[in-house]
Amino acid sequence: MGLQTLFFYLFAFIAVASAFMVVSARNPVYSVLFLILTFFNAAGLFLLTGAEFLAMILLVVYIGAVAVLFLFVVMMLDVDFAQMRAGFLEYAPVGALVGLILAAELIIVVAGSVFSPTIAKNVPMPIPAVTQRTNTAALGDVIYTHYIYFFQIAGLVLLVAMIGAIVLTLRHRQHIKRQNISQQVGRTPETAVQVVKVRPGQGV
Amino acid sequence: MDGFFSTYVWPAAIMIGQTLLLLVALLIFIAYILLADRKIWAAVQLRRGPNVVGPFGLFQSFADLLKFVVKEPVIPAGANKVLFLLAPLVTVTLALAAWAVVPLNENWVIANINVGILYVLAISSLEVYGIIMGGWASNSKYPFLSALRSAAQMVSYEVSIGFVIVTVLLCVGSLNLTDIVNSQRDGLGTMMGLPGSFLDWYWLPLFPMFVVFFISALAETNRPPFDLVEAESELVAGFMVEYGSTPYMMFMLGEYAAICLMCALTTILFLGGWLPPVDVWFLNWVPGIIWFVLKSTMVFFMFAMVKAFVPRYRYDQLMRLGWKVFLPLSLVMVFLVAVTLKLGGWA
Repeated sequence: MGLQTLFFYLFAFIAVASAFMVVSARNPVYSVLFLILTFFNAAGLFLLTGAEFLAMILLVVYIGAVAVLFLFVVMMLDVDFAQMRAGFLEYAPVGALVGLILAAELIIVVAGSVFSPTIAKNVPMPIPAVTQRTNTAALGDVIYTHYIYFFQIAGLVLLVAMIGAIVLTLRHRQHIKRQNISQQVGRTPETAVQVVKVRPGQGV
Repeated sequence: MDGFFSTYVWPAAIMIGQTLLLLVALLIFIAYILLADRKIWAAVQLRRGPNVVGPFGLFQSFADLLKFVVKEPVIPAGANKVLFLLAPLVTVTLALAAWAVVPLNENWVIANINVGILYVLAISSLEVYGIIMGGWASNSKYPFLSALRSAAQMVSYEVSIGFVIVTVLLCVGSLNLTDIVNSQRDGLGTMMGLPGSFLDWYWLPLFPMFVVFFISALAETNRPPFDLVEAESELVAGFMVEYGSTPYMMFMLGEYAAICLMCALTTILFLGGWLPPVDVWFLNWVPGIIWFVLKSTMVFFMFAMVKAFVPRYRYDQLMRLGWKVFLPLSLVMVFLVAVTLKLGGWA
């Protein structure tokens, strides 16, 4: 177990330290890069607990796609962070309250077995041991077999949100030349070329 | 103390030895792949290509390596020094790290993990950071524009690569790369009563996906005709404009390691990995690694030919191809494959 503990502390320390750097770095690009480092170490922690599928999905989705978009936006925007920090103290109590509520909820979830030992033991859908069923297959069972309707509803909600985002940002601009590839490919010499006989000295 | 030695030191030593062996073999392979790329390109254009260093120019890549290493690295005054030097390191480390799960033969793999294919996908999706960081840290117009282009391009084509992988995984039923190859021992060919052959591999039943994967791999590795990231006529050399000497070489190395990885991945997913093309005794006698290398090299030959033949895409055409052609096509294929497997009783 020694090695695992060592890696746990390594990942945990780097994750917490880089999470701190996310909020304290002056340059927003550094913040996003530290956020990526935090995600990376969180993936390492997932791996240590045996949740290999979640670790890889964290890498693919959060680092490979979401953080790229963050970085994209932060690099393009010329954000003046000194100006944004001006109102920091004003909002500090609200932020602290949100943080406190989150911390309390986390404690309730994690320490559920202490508050109510009987309920915590009655897991409706216990995860089988890794030796019996791989992590990926076990997650697939839960999401796509036992809770398929909830999964579909979640998908529908996302679809509606996506359509909403498109509707909000879509503008049809006039007078823009667009390329119509099928039209271009469908051109023939008959429709595209006109043969004109030009007499010398007369022009077309 | 004895237990410590046998549980930690020996396995670690063996693992480090295996990793070093794979790395050295891979780097030498990359050196010759680079040479082959230039030679094929030259042959198509009726040139000779590099032919001075060594017989037939065989040592050209090593001469280039020496040249890059002894040159002075120049860091632009306005550049962000840390990120500027970190970017090529990130690129090359990630490109080589993905090889940890690639099975070169039956049981010839450093880490035979259950989620191997997801690991490769994750690592190849991280490779975009080397380019973005390099482009941003250079603090110059062309690298930055190129970094933005590459980010959009790689994220777009990862989507279709992901769906292609899903169709293969539906047929296999496992995320392990060794399982993927082994499941190609029987397939369409054996179903028709033929002995095991190249007809069993997934390129035949999933042919549209094979094509989509090949083209997406070109786009994902920024190969021509999708090398808009470093399109000379528009962006000089893209995100590498400000780089020289060893950092530049590391970018090149990372790029070619990623290309080799994509070739190996095509081989594993669609061309039966280390399996011989026909299941007869004298072909089975040839070691699997030779089949693997031969198949990967063949895929790379296609990569090189595409580079020589096909003119560069325009950026909006690239995006159209990714989002409006490949994405719907691969989505429909995922659906069709799932339905076929379910109705055919194979799932």
